[in-house]
Amino acid sequence: MSPLVSVESLTKLFPVKRRVFALRVRQYVHAVDGVSFSVEEGEIFGLAGESGCGKTTTGKLLVKLLEPTAGRIALEGQDITSIRRGEAMRTFRRKVQMIFQDPYESLNPRFTVFDTIAEPLLIQGVRSLAEREALVAEILAQVGLTPPETFMFRYPHELSGGQRQRVAIARAMVIRPKFVVADEPTSMLDVSIRAGVMDLLLGLRQELGVSYLYITHDLAVARYMCDRLAVMYLGKIVEVGPTEEVLQNPLHPYTQALIAAVPVPDPTYKREPPEIKGDVVAPINPPPQCRFLPRCPKAQEICQRSPHPPLVDRQGHWVACYLA
Amino acid sequence: MPLLDVRNLTMHYVTKMGDVHAVDDVTFAIEHGEAIGLVGESGCGKTSIALTLLRLLPDNAKFLGGQVLFEGVDLTRLPEGEMRRIRWRGISMIFQAAMNSLNPVYRVGDQIIEAMQTHMNVSYAQARRRVAELFDLVGLAPELMDRYPHEYSGGMKQRAVIAMALACDPKLVIADEPTTALDVIVQDRILRRIDEVRKQLNMAMMYISHDIAVIAEVAQRIGVMYAGNLVEFGDTLTIFQRPAHPYTIALMSAFPSLKGEKRKLQGLPGEPPDLLRPPSGCRFHPRCAFATQVCTAQMPPYEEIEPDHFVACWHPQPRRS
Repeated sequence: MSPLVSVESLTKLFPVKRRVFALRVRQYVHAVDGVSFSVEEGEIFGLAGESGCGKTTTGKLLVKLLEPTAGRIALEGQDITSIRRGEAMRTFRRKVQMIFQDPYESLNPRFTVFDTIAEPLLIQGVRSLAEREALVAEILAQVGLTPPETFMFRYPHELSGGQRQRVAIARAMVIRPKFVVADEPTSMLDVSIRAGVMDLLLGLRQELGVSYLYITHDLAVARYMCDRLAVMYLGKIVEVGPTEEVLQNPLHPYTQALIAAVPVPDPTYKREPPEIKGDVVAPINPPPQCRFLPRCPKAQEICQRSPHPPLVDRQGHWVACYLA
Repeated sequence: MPLLDVRNLTMHYVTKMGDVHAVDDVTFAIEHGEAIGLVGESGCGKTSIALTLLRLLPDNAKFLGGQVLFEGVDLTRLPEGEMRRIRWRGISMIFQAAMNSLNPVYRVGDQIIEAMQTHMNVSYAQARRRVAELFDLVGLAPELMDRYPHEYSGGMKQRAVIAMALACDPKLVIADEPTTALDVIVQDRILRRIDEVRKQLNMAMMYISHDIAVIAEVAQRIGVMYAGNLVEFGDTLTIFQRPAHPYTIALMSAFPSLKGEKRKLQGLPGEPPDLLRPPSGCRFHPRCAFATQVCTAQMPPYEEIEPDHFVACWHPQPRRS
């Protein structure tokens, strides 16, 4: 059986604005550069990495908020790379939804909770108001906003951050999508609220059988949420595998540095500084070698004279490094 | 005598809807050269404490009492002119998202020099030499002082802001979420550098953060805040090994961890209270698993339950194995 979502050599280049007369040399930010992965039915697939690594761009490509420069996206075995509008797009949207990071910006302040959640139902052709009300009430109860009647006709400013994010989740889930891209859905929330929202997303996976692409910069959150985890660096996936395997036995020097930099909530633990050089640079027309080369503490001659390494399978744990 | 001795600090914000009880009866002290950390969630009053100490409050703030003894002098009673001398030279502050507060049309070095010349009697050439030293100290190439902010990365801007906070040799630096907007690798470098500088200059630090892991790594003592109250204060090791306040315990079990066994997280029921109408008695009681009658009726006293371990709770939790 084909995976729910599969992505092949997905690439997104953003042109860099140049001075008006310098038309000849085109420069591009390689935001996502030849990324391939698949998400199985019911799976939570994590994308982790630092800001600017291309994880959000990948998410936006998958929900078709952005058009890829190259590559192919398939949903349930069907190529959806080139659909743009019309009935095909509506069918696609019924199956694929997105939850954004900031519930203070993603909800329309002039819409009540009911308006926000019922809008996708209206677009998907649920004409009867009674039916929409019933579906909205049902999903509100499922996301923990109970009793639903007390929330339906409130506006976003009357809700706390955690409640707003639950509304955003309800809006994404009300049409029962098969696949949801969740872009840092808890990073704006306070710690005491965050755990509840993460557990809600895990619970909805069980109840509705939905799969997630879970984008996060926080590896501890990724550990809690994801079945498999991919680590991105400057537009490339450098390592991917079962989450626990990637985090406990990282093979790529970048993953190792990233894990080593995470503060440990244990004052008896003396954490050594991560092994990494320099700073992140924007991937504008990057050289052909390994993207991590300028910062890699372990770089050898082979890395200098070879192209960016391909992802190699190590018993289900893939890594893109000549030395791993 | 501690460097900073804060006693019964109380400050409200006046709004159209009533008083917001932002800081209520907060007491703690910071020793010379010590790093303390204040943790708590957004709106718990961490930043308001810092602004009250430095008297940088907005117009609608109402100072209601308490003392801020800095080297024995009560800052709350100081005339504004003398207070200005305390800021930067006595206590300086790294503001949250301060890296966005650099003026884009001035060279970074000149902005620091301006601050130095306002507060100290130094020539331009002396100040320039000092900025070069400071840049070196925070890990920036001294040549960068003649560049503009847009030529800096986020991490570099944050380092420049730290250099600025150190410019006048303060005895205490308040760092309000100094690395929150930064990626972990940059965060790691900056926190290590601040700690080195602190030890080198024997400066005291007050870190403010929502991230208990960051505080665990940088602070020698920790204060936990909830809804305008300091609910627990003590040695970092003590707070982690024997947290006594149910909120502290809850905060720790709400955090996912990279190390150790993967465990189910315990979120807290409900939401933090509206500080316009804080709950009666202990402000944590509506969300507390151990709350009883007394908790709803009376504010618990802030007591020392073991040497240098303070808790404000009617039912402090015993040591867990």
